[in-house]
Amino acid sequence: MMSEHRPIGGKILTKPFLVLALIAFIAFILVVKRFLLGIGSVTNLNDGYPWGLWIVYDVLVGTAFGCGGYAMALLVYIFNKGKYHPLIRPAIMTSVFGYTLAGASIILDVGRYWNLYNMFWPKYANINSVMVEVAICVASYVMILWIEFSPSFFENWRKGGTPKYINKFMFVFIAIGVLLPTLHQSSLGTLMIIAGNRLFPLWQTNWLPLLFLISALTMGFGMIIFESLFSSVILNRPLEMSMLKKLSAIVSKLLLIFLIFRFGDLIWRNEISTIFNPGFKQFMFFLENALIILPMIVLFIRKQSENPRSLFLTAASILIAGTLYRFNTYLVGFDPGYGWQYFPSIPEIVVTLGIISVELMAYLVFVKKLPVLPTVRQIENN
Amino acid sequence: MNKNISENPITHIPNKYTDQMKNKGISRREFIKFCTAIAATLSMPYSFATEIGKSISQARRPTVIWLHFQECTGCTESLLRATHPTVEHLILDLISLDYSETLSVAAGHQAEEALQKSITENEGKFILVVEGSVPLAQNGIFCKIGNRTALDIISEIGPKAAATVAIGSCASWGGVQASAPNPTGATAIGDVYKMVNINTPIINLPGCPASPYNILSTILYYLTLNKLPELDEQGRPKFAYSTLIHDLCERRPHFDSGRFAEVYGDYGHRKGWCLYKIGCKGPETYANCPTIQFGDVGTWPVKTGHPCFGCAEEGVGFTKPLHEHASVFSATPPVAFPGIDETKGIGITPGAAAVAGAAAGIAVGAGAMAAKYLGNKAEDKQELDEDS
Repeated sequence: MMSEHRPIGGKILTKPFLVLALIAFIAFILVVKRFLLGIGSVTNLNDGYPWGLWIVYDVLVGTAFGCGGYAMALLVYIFNKGKYHPLIRPAIMTSVFGYTLAGASIILDVGRYWNLYNMFWPKYANINSVMVEVAICVASYVMILWIEFSPSFFENWRKGGTPKYINKFMFVFIAIGVLLPTLHQSSLGTLMIIAGNRLFPLWQTNWLPLLFLISALTMGFGMIIFESLFSSVILNRPLEMSMLKKLSAIVSKLLLIFLIFRFGDLIWRNEISTIFNPGFKQFMFFLENALIILPMIVLFIRKQSENPRSLFLTAASILIAGTLYRFNTYLVGFDPGYGWQYFPSIPEIVVTLGIISVELMAYLVFVKKLPVLPTVRQIENN
Repeated sequence: MNKNISENPITHIPNKYTDQMKNKGISRREFIKFCTAIAATLSMPYSFATEIGKSISQARRPTVIWLHFQECTGCTESLLRATHPTVEHLILDLISLDYSETLSVAAGHQAEEALQKSITENEGKFILVVEGSVPLAQNGIFCKIGNRTALDIISEIGPKAAATVAIGSCASWGGVQASAPNPTGATAIGDVYKMVNINTPIINLPGCPASPYNILSTILYYLTLNKLPELDEQGRPKFAYSTLIHDLCERRPHFDSGRFAEVYGDYGHRKGWCLYKIGCKGPETYANCPTIQFGDVGTWPVKTGHPCFGCAEEGVGFTKPLHEHASVFSATPPVAFPGIDETKGIGITPGAAAVAGAAAGIAVGAGAMAAKYLGNKAEDKQELDEDS
């Protein structure tokens, strides 16, 4: 089943694009400063908080946003739901950006970045380390994603489209592309198990890997819905409601499973009473879970799930909830000891904004120049 | 009770070593542990422990003559008060300690007779242990035993010994008595040997007192292999004196990180930081104290919070002022020490909050606009549906 995709065309250098380019440029200067003068010259990272905004947003949230490709591949190829195929290519594209820039952020965040290559050097790699697992997994997945996305390039620039030998082995890459995120999205949860009792009991649990994996899947589907609706607004395209409606039904069930594990674990560990003590951490916990429970309820109401506005808001809510869950687990709920504190510095935030800008710019360029988005005819056929 | 003990009517010391052990309530296990510890001190392979065990069991009981000159008997005391007294006593039983002013039962002329008898009987075969320096000023009148000066005694006995062990800093290089102005003209045994042309091989075991394990290891090495351990240019066995205290010190990481106690009892001192700045001579003293501790009491000065004062090193102990900074041979302290009071991070600043808020605001705003637009679009669609 070949799905049809077309570049939507249009001017590249629009006003929003230039604003994004400016932010990206400032971020680039700060990145140069970081590489020349060290990580302390740009960030507020310290020995108590060695992981800050760059890891939590750019890597954790960035790859979770980039789980659209994973979620769709799982759905289309593993559960054999071919009808969702038109959504796969845009989903993989967001994954490509999310993961490539997450990989780049890791290089920014490693203090002695010139030693980073040792991770891939079998002689020096510590094969018992979760971090090595994440690093190798993310690095391989970035390559897999570019291969999965390569047909868009071939169709645009090569006569005869994608070479046969690539199509022939694509199933291998797709299979690996489903395996790898399963591994590293759960490992990203495992990383905080190591923090032990420095992580607040509301978040510290041996179920972290599973919770992170389910959460990443909800965010992946959420991103597809969000991106599809948002692009229909900014690029003035028809809505893909029929397909998004069905996706939203899957998401609502995933959210329910997440909540069952989340609260079941709290009850099992006898920590449920902790949420009733007043405090900032408890407030963040409520916020994080309210943003999961609300969209779930909305999506279970049939009429609401057919309304594009509600669907858009629920998708946004799911993405914010996943983001909060990651920030809470890695920063808010994390207490390295008396006196330590962390809040990202202005340059640190600007670098993250620059990375987001690069993602948005790349998105605009790719959808305008490459066959990524499904043709209007195909949307209407559905 | 024990048939195997063939009693010697005179000394009551059983002839076989294993029987002696039984008599003294030492298990085979304890004995092997001791041998292993000695082998480890010598940096010898594990199998060497078996060799030591064998040579101890075969007990040729070589004669040892232990002379005291200008010293405090601290070396003898620390050897006797080592925490394995039963085994150490066995060693004293094992070697035939024919003369020792501290341990002899005999006294006066009787003791001197025993000494002369032993020297005549064992000429060229006995081990001479010398504790203390030899005074040379005013014809050596500062140290006399049996009306003979130390120089007379060593000149007579030295050439007849198979080997000489100069135990302690006094015998090795003069020790505290040799400090300026050195009124007694205290001289090391090695220097006296050169002066009066004695060619007996000499092993120096400096330290104040010398580690009992180093003396035991040296003697057992000689008994086992029938030769002297490898020595450095100062005549010290390499197994014990080839490493700077500084290089194996448990406080070394603090030195490398620039964390120093500045005065006694300050924060760094209480925290166990490096003692270099209050005069530790570890960086210029060669000894194995960090490895085997000091005096076999389970600790050593640096561990208790006192800087090493270089007792084993000529030109350092009893010579340099106690709180003078040591010369650092192996690694100099870095010019700029890394900070020892890292700030614990910077919290939220108004600027950062503003930027983060603005970014979140733009995101929320864009989302809200999109939501509004989508709502309109849906309504349009509904109207279209209704119209049609």
